[in-house]
Amino acid sequence: MDSFVMLCFAVVNSIALLALISLGLAVIFGMMRVINFAHGEFIMLGGYATVIANHAGVNLWLSMLVVAPMVVALIGAVAERLIVRRLYGHLVTTMLATWGLSLFLIGAVTAIFGNTTMGVSAPLGNIPIGAYSIGAYQLLLIGITALLVVGSLLALHWTKYGLIARAAMQNSEMSATLGINCDRVYAVTFIVGAAISGLAGALLAPISGVLPHMGAAYVARAFVTVISGGGALIAGLLSAATILGPVEAMLSYFATPVVGQASLLLLAVIILRLFPTGVSSLWTGGR
Amino acid sequence: MKRKVKHAFFPVALVLLAVLGPFILEPFDLVNLSAFSAMAIAALGLAFVWGTLGILNLGHSVFFGLGAYAYAIAVFNLGDSTLAALIGIALPVAFSLVLGYFLFFSRLGDVYLGVITLCVTLIFYSFMTSTADPSFHIGPVPLGGFNGITAVPSLNMPGDPQAFLSTEATFSICLLALAGAYILLSFLRSSDAGRIMTAIRESELRSELLGYDIRFYKLVGFAVSAAIGGLGGALYTAVMGYVSPNVFDLPQASQFVLWVIAGGLGAFVGPVVASFGFQLLSSQLGANQVFNTELIFGATIILFVMLAPQGLQPMLLGLSSLKFPNRFGILRRKEESA
Repeated sequence: MDSFVMLCFAVVNSIALLALISLGLAVIFGMMRVINFAHGEFIMLGGYATVIANHAGVNLWLSMLVVAPMVVALIGAVAERLIVRRLYGHLVTTMLATWGLSLFLIGAVTAIFGNTTMGVSAPLGNIPIGAYSIGAYQLLLIGITALLVVGSLLALHWTKYGLIARAAMQNSEMSATLGINCDRVYAVTFIVGAAISGLAGALLAPISGVLPHMGAAYVARAFVTVISGGGALIAGLLSAATILGPVEAMLSYFATPVVGQASLLLLAVIILRLFPTGVSSLWTGGR
Repeated sequence: MKRKVKHAFFPVALVLLAVLGPFILEPFDLVNLSAFSAMAIAALGLAFVWGTLGILNLGHSVFFGLGAYAYAIAVFNLGDSTLAALIGIALPVAFSLVLGYFLFFSRLGDVYLGVITLCVTLIFYSFMTSTADPSFHIGPVPLGGFNGITAVPSLNMPGDPQAFLSTEATFSICLLALAGAYILLSFLRSSDAGRIMTAIRESELRSELLGYDIRFYKLVGFAVSAAIGGLGGALYTAVMGYVSPNVFDLPQASQFVLWVIAGGLGAFVGPVVASFGFQLLSSQLGANQVFNTELIFGATIILFVMLAPQGLQPMLLGLSSLKFPNRFGILRRKEESA
């Protein structure tokens, strides 16, 4: 019984984790059709911002929820202005340029902070369940992820900015004709996506620690989730996370985490074979 | 025909170097250049599949790495290096056929291909680093986790596992293999199949409407690039004597892409020259520990993509205006059809 509860927790945790690390990428990719290969490094920078701010004496929650998103948003803004903005519409070129950015950031962080793991201790305690226990922080993480996803959904569909952003994403020329500054919409979207990635990295810092190469561990999973989700931004992300998360959790539980990750990719490739435009094409009619 | 003659100087130069090199170069340089050529061979595989067929494979190092591991494992198990090198070619080809089936028959776009192939590399990386436990072994060979497989035997005379080849002979074989790969891919590119592949790069829709099965041609081209990549990996392991999970990591994957972008997409000589140039540069920088290699690779990729997207070969030969009507060359053209 206890182990069953633990397994359920692992499944939910895995779904939430996938959604958390993919949301920033999904916002940028879903809205702008820009593949941001530096996504993993935005997560990494969020983690570093948290740890460094915390070591400098800033309250942990403040450094996680405020400092990290702001720092990464700033870096995202610079990257957008210097690189991404010049390449809009050139999908492959943007992808290569952000990949270069990703390597550059890894190299820069390694040069500055060294190739060692830094960390902060996880706040809150443990909640005992029979012979096992669950970190209360991990429960909080699931809650925050749910809030973030619901928040993004509401922001996209209920706010004026969401409407403008969706218009710019569907037909940028038409929106420009209607007086929408598409460049600015894109810039804001990119920065928001970067901030969410930074927040994800900040939230993960207490459980995983931070090191320069940590982005690679997340970027594959994030891309797989977003791609197999397909066109519908939040719904696609959620459905993909719900399909992939349990598989990864089960296989990581019964085999090893690496087998879990490999199965994630395998499953995504099979999903794409069946639905080349992602699972969300099931209800959006392949758009 | 004129074009072919014009480019014949390159393989001739490689063959000349293969013959004369052992007489004029130090053993240390010979080993270095052998390793560089092995990498350059693999880069040619990517230059072919990306430049000719338009398949953006960011995870070309998967084939390189599989070839490297396959050679190491096979040479320990079989003793003979010739068969091991063939296995080093066959395994990546087999893998490319399976992966390619899913990718091309799903008709995935460029970006998806790039993302998935890169993810495949990263998964291989994390898998190979997790094999430190002695229970991971193939025959008598433990996979060795992060340390990889060490003391891999070098090339020997075919059929005689005891007769190891000298540094000089290995150097000549590597350069001849590079020349061979260059000639093979050049012929393939100018063959009928190669013309169809070029047509697919230009417009998938038009090629399909003309009755060509683009999925089939993509799969074949992918397998050819895997064979060349695997050959490069096998030779690299034979020269260096070890293989580690680093063959699958991000810097390794980025190197191949960087060389092809820098050398010129659609070109063959450029990527080979770029691969030698950048390897020379990074071995110098690495020896002095001045800069972090990832920092350099990243910055160089950004600079090339932003400032010189056609790459060096078309730029230096003044072909850019002829071959690439727009500034972004092939990089851009692909998206218009996608």
